[in-house]
Amino acid sequence: MSSKSSIISQIKNLNMEEKPLPEIPDFEVAANLEEAFAQSLAGNKGQVVSKDELEALIAASDFKKIYSSSPLFDAYSNCELPAHPAEFADLDLAILEGQVASAENGAIWLDESNLGIRAIPFITSHLVILIRGEAIVGNMHEAYQKIGSAHSGFGAFIAGPSKTADIEQSLVVGAHGAMSLRVVIL
Amino acid sequence: MSHPANATAFLKDQSRAKWHDETLWIVRQKRDQTIHAIPEWEKLRDLASQIKEHTLSKLDFYLEELEKNASANGIKVHWAENAEEHNEIVGRILEEKNCKAIVKSKSILTEECHLNPYLESKGIEVVDTDLGERIIQFLKQPPSHIVMPAIHLKKRDISDIFHEKLHTEKGNEDPVYLTHAARLHLRSKFLEAKVAITGVNFAVAETGEFVVCTNEGNADMGVHLADTHIACMGIEKLIPRRKDLGVFLRLLARSATGQSITNYNSHFRSPAPGKELHLILVNNGRTKQLAREKFRNSLKCIRCGACMNTCPIYRRSGGFSYGSTVPGPIGSILSPGIDLKKYSTLPFASTLCGSCSDVCPVKINIHEQLYEWRQEITKAHGTSAKGLSMQLANGIFKSPLAYKLSGKMMRAALKNLPESIIYNPLNVWGKSRNLPETPAESFKDWYKKNRK
Ligand code: SF4
Repeated sequence: MSSKSSIISQIKNLNMEEKPLPEIPDFEVAANLEEAFAQSLAGNKGQVVSKDELEALIAASDFKKIYSSSPLFDAYSNCELPAHPAEFADLDLAILEGQVASAENGAIWLDESNLGIRAIPFITSHLVILIRGEAIVGNMHEAYQKIGSAHSGFGAFIAGPSKTADIEQSLVVGAHGAMSLRVVIL
Repeated sequence: MSHPANATAFLKDQSRAKWHDETLWIVRQKRDQTIHAIPEWEKLRDLASQIKEHTLSKLDFYLEELEKNASANGIKVHWAENAEEHNEIVGRILEEKNCKAIVKSKSILTEECHLNPYLESKGIEVVDTDLGERIIQFLKQPPSHIVMPAIHLKKRDISDIFHEKLHTEKGNEDPVYLTHAARLHLRSKFLEAKVAITGVNFAVAETGEFVVCTNEGNADMGVHLADTHIACMGIEKLIPRRKDLGVFLRLLARSATGQSITNYNSHFRSPAPGKELHLILVNNGRTKQLAREKFRNSLKCIRCGACMNTCPIYRRSGGFSYGSTVPGPIGSILSPGIDLKKYSTLPFASTLCGSCSDVCPVKINIHEQLYEWRQEITKAHGTSAKGLSMQLANGIFKSPLAYKLSGKMMRAALKNLPESIIYNPLNVWGKSRNLPETPAESFKDWYKKNRK
């Protein structure tokens, strides 16, 4: 017998009584979603910045390799998507558009249509995500309602920069992935 | 395997044991703070528990749904009855790819299956990429906690091992410096690896996808750079619908560390163009646990670690004292199901205070199951399994005179013991507990005097 049929038949043989699957109700959400989102993001070590602040930051920094998938920041983009993600190992800044954001925890949904290549938000040294104000919802339930189950091979809720606390519980930002996350609310 | 013996070894280094206890308690307190910001917390726990209960009651159906939908998405689905078969499947894929080095993100299941030694015996280099996991891998130790694998180590230990392995500055204990040294080291591994292995936090039957949650982004760095992604999951990791993830993602990180969510929550549904995605569904005793009605609930566990952080025994005895892949309260329910004899002391490593059940995001009745196991073990092993305290108590309860005397003696002693003895470092219980006020007389004496 294959392992599959063995596992399935072991479960079937238990003749378990079916337990009900609950519906997920609506829950109350914050009054000011943008404010709550900014606060949650800060809790995850991310930061909401204005478009002007971001532009000033890029002007003042020495980011050499910048990729933007957003027409809004086209002028800064100085490279194309590579054939292999390893070629983006020296990417300094990526500017991507997010689809939905949840105010209760700062998580922003991006899927393949926003990414170009899946590795971008992780391999870049610094990450910027743009999100429309109307796309901020109260909590994760509303976020999943909005994204539905439209097919994308890959999607992620990104809520902050790469971080770790594995050394004596001291929080360090920039473990493997992006060392900062800035969000511009449009 | 004896928990009391192992715990005694851990408690030899008093200052480290105290630090371990206090650090985990801080994590527990962070959990408390964040859940207070969520008015519907209890409702979420109920929902999570019910969703898991429903899934377990139709697990065969949902597993087949998952396979059907994942296959349609282009994921190659494999089934493994036990750890050996799981390892063989991984080994076969690596052989096909002619792959000699892999990167792996934290996965308790691969730990349970002893995948690393298996692959290493075949000459394959395995690099654990979670920082905590990498540290203990250098030290050839298993994780001592399921969420914070290196929680038993101090900066000094990590500085020493990094100096040896990564040539960091001797004596530099700065966590930022050490983390960035690991970042550089691991980046080169990510860029080289052709195959990446991850665990699975949740698999969704409806969409045929699975979700991996990390704070470091190490799972994503691995899989997006490699050509082949192998994901390994226990069959209990399943949930029915995508929207159920909303419930679990709200609970997981808050329960684990007090964060509102992990920073990276990646949903894998199809392989990237030109790449391969494998999903291994592993039983390894889970159907047996499912058959034990009293312990079925333990399969709801989402591995948040909250029960460990809150457990007065875990905090004071360290993860290694449990001698099992999953330590702490939940491990003490899961492990006896695997080997009752070997793990017979674990269900006794509990005060039965119920704190584990109180914090569990999926409402597993952990302390009740521990009590159930005690009875099973006592039945199976006779009195030999009872701890010394049980025997002592037994002796006292058997003799009415001894019982009366012991009460009198305790009342006198507790009143007169100087604080320095009660809160002595050797008395680990006194450290975080106040002793109750002792009554002037026993209930028996009171009853004698006051009854008409
Ligand atoms: S038993 Fe509950 S508290 Fe413990 S790790 Fe599992 S889900 Fe978390």
